[in-house]
Amino acid sequence: MTDQPSGDALIRQQIGNLPVPEFAETAWTVPPPLAEARVAVVTSAALYPCDGEPFTVTDTSYRALDHDQRQLVMGHWSPNFDRSAFGIDYNVVYPLARLDELAEQGVIGSVASKHYAFAGNQPDDVATIRYDSGPACAAELKADGVDVVFLTPV
Amino acid sequence: MCTLAHVFEAAGLATVTITSIRAVGERMRPPRVLHCEFPLGRPLGKTNDPEFQHDVLRRAFSLLERESGPVLEEHPEEIVGAEEPLSCTVPPRFDPDLAPAVDEAHGLRKAYERALARRGVSEVGNAIDADGVPDALDVLQNIVNGTPWKEAGIPGGHTTALANDIRAYYEEAALELTDAANPGGHQTEDWFFERTEAGKLILAVRKALAAQGAPQPVWFYMAPMHRS
Repeated sequence: MTDQPSGDALIRQQIGNLPVPEFAETAWTVPPPLAEARVAVVTSAALYPCDGEPFTVTDTSYRALDHDQRQLVMGHWSPNFDRSAFGIDYNVVYPLARLDELAEQGVIGSVASKHYAFAGNQPDDVATIRYDSGPACAAELKADGVDVVFLTPV
Repeated sequence: MCTLAHVFEAAGLATVTITSIRAVGERMRPPRVLHCEFPLGRPLGKTNDPEFQHDVLRRAFSLLERESGPVLEEHPEEIVGAEEPLSCTVPPRFDPDLAPAVDEAHGLRKAYERALARRGVSEVGNAIDADGVPDALDVLQNIVNGTPWKEAGIPGGHTTALANDIRAYYEEAALELTDAANPGGHQTEDWFFERTEAGKLILAVRKALAAQGAPQPVWFYMAPMHRS
């Protein structure tokens, strides 16, 4: 048995009480109908291609992941989540097989040619992803014709 | 994730964010949130369960039909971590001259190699490669036995990366050795820290590092925060 009833409950309590970045307002973009929308995944699981550059401990950059690239390493530094789940089934973090199925069924318009990974363990002020790497990633997504971004944490 | 949702939406991309920590979603107010009370590390809930993963996606994408926001919905199913560690054989002692964790790591090598061959990639490699796992455990054992941590020669120079590599080596090997078809949340973590000599050694070295006065970042992140 674990030392406490639930490690997840403790993490949720601790992180839930940390200061968070403030946004004066919430932007709102109206997407096209889902059946016409191009969808990308962006995850904070710090995924990177097996022959790519690993994430450093306070990495604020991101990695582009080709749609067909499945040889991915989960490079997040935190010990506090279920680190083996991604290796059991990548779709539980990075659901590209599910998105491909939805595209084949016509539920979504298409799946993007590139997806993106950041590292969830960001500096507290998240200034770089807010003003630099985040907007740069948004520009890449838009250049690929993406309409909808599905964001997953670990 | 919530910060990126704000940034992307402002750039003209519609976003749907899965959150694992509801309080963060409530306070940061990104445009569309589906909160999922699932084991951390499993944002779509269940491994090898396409039907359930599609249910999460369907609920998430339904938020795109809302006319205004922010909106935060909660997935109706709560999933908790497994109650018991993974059922997985730990190699018996083979060489009594080696520290138990070192001996154990040698015994898991073939299973690790099978895992690597099956998946094609490994999470081992930030501080050390698989060849370095036994020697790294020997260094950690020396610290527990009293060697000052600055003189121990910690491989790779970063204790968090080192601990993650050792844990990945074990957990990847365990997935080859277990009869469990689809391990539940945190089951491999529980097995590593509660059933293996290496897991127990990492918890012991964390205490030893703290007792030696090592800075908190050196030892704290070597294991999940709830473990002592």
